[in-house]
Amino acid sequence: MRALLVRDLRLAVRAGGGFGLGLVFFLMVAVLVPLGVGPDSAILARIAPGILWVGALLACLLSLDRVFALDFEDGSLDLLATAPIPMEAVVAVKSLAHWLVTGLPLTLLSPVLGLLLNLAPDGYLWLILALLVGTPALSVIGAFGAALTVGLKRGGLLLSLLVLPMYVPSLIFGAEVVKRGAGGQALATPLLLLGAVTLGAWALLPFASAAAIRANLR
Amino acid sequence: MSIWEYANPKKFMQATAKVLPWVAGLAVVLLGAGLIWGFFFTPDDYKQGSTVKIIYLHVPSAMMGVSAWFTMLAGSLIWLIRRHHVSALVAKAAAPVGLTFVVIGLVTGAIWGQPMWGTWWAWDPRLTSFLILGLFYLGYVALWAAIEDPDTAADLTSVLCIVGSVFAFLSRYAVNFWNQGLHQGASVSMVGGDRVSNVYGLPLGVSVLGFALLFLTLVMLRTRTEIRARRVKALLARERVA
Repeated sequence: MRALLVRDLRLAVRAGGGFGLGLVFFLMVAVLVPLGVGPDSAILARIAPGILWVGALLACLLSLDRVFALDFEDGSLDLLATAPIPMEAVVAVKSLAHWLVTGLPLTLLSPVLGLLLNLAPDGYLWLILALLVGTPALSVIGAFGAALTVGLKRGGLLLSLLVLPMYVPSLIFGAEVVKRGAGGQALATPLLLLGAVTLGAWALLPFASAAAIRANLR
Repeated sequence: MSIWEYANPKKFMQATAKVLPWVAGLAVVLLGAGLIWGFFFTPDDYKQGSTVKIIYLHVPSAMMGVSAWFTMLAGSLIWLIRRHHVSALVAKAAAPVGLTFVVIGLVTGAIWGQPMWGTWWAWDPRLTSFLILGLFYLGYVALWAAIEDPDTAADLTSVLCIVGSVFAFLSRYAVNFWNQGLHQGASVSMVGGDRVSNVYGLPLGVSVLGFALLFLTLVMLRTRTEIRARRVKALLARERVA
């Protein structure tokens, strides 16, 4: 399992792996939004939590079709299916690798973008914390969508249609945490619910994804 | 004699052929009765005027929009557990019907909301979660359409339906958290007693029944079509081999 994780990370980081593309996309969102809504800093401060979360979702979505598709094409996925580790573990490891190369860097980059969007000073800590707690769910839900569409030639658009509605709970709770954090309100409830969504998704979705991959490999 | 006998496509076709005209006829009668009674023989509401009468379309289609998803969930579970093709086809057949009811619910709601709330759309929890349900329907229908192999498609859509149910349910309660709404709470309920006057409640009940039978008719019809399409495909394949 560790070998698989290291392999996936290497593939993602090396040339053509698309690492960094999501980050640049995230940056683009944060740059384009002020250009669209105008430079009024009060408005930007108000919408910053939502924009940052939506940007994180979309950036995460960008690299999802790579999670299984390349391995499916060159046959590695068949080998993994016959390997001694269960498919559920393969899915979990690949989701973790996806999070390490998208969710985690997004989280670390987010304060800079918060600066661009004039996020209130109290919000930064909570922005990092919310993304840290929430983005793992995005990766594992996304891996489920990727598992469903892995056999399709052009599954990218369908993938976003399947995955984005499932991001709704994380988005709502995550943005709420940042909003309340920026406003100095109590935020334990949304933060706990955000964590609950993440933990629940990690506990259950690898099984669904593994079932989908088995159906696709049949 | 068990219900599983109807998992046999032949038995299913025979049984539905007998039942279908009756269900369809009853649906027409009840829908006609409920809607005509509702539209022409109920008084105008003292606050809402005649706009209240859209309730006979709005409430039943919203109910069916949700029920259709449960039908799909049941069909998906039966397919995954017992591998009966008919149940997968029922799930497939129910999805576009449910999606249509969701759209009708949203559109009639907008038409009702415009004079009553002064807006076509508000980001109200009920409206939002219903719209999200519509998105789940879209994804489900699109996944069926995208996959060529019918058994793989049935497997994948079933898994999606189950996972989607969990997330649709989560979203339903997550949006409550996010905004307080304009939409009233439940007006018609089994336990709490109705908060709709009987003058409106009775024709509403009739049209809900009519919509339920309409849904049943459409699902049966579409399932029969799917079964026939499969048979044609099998016949063509056999001919090509011969």
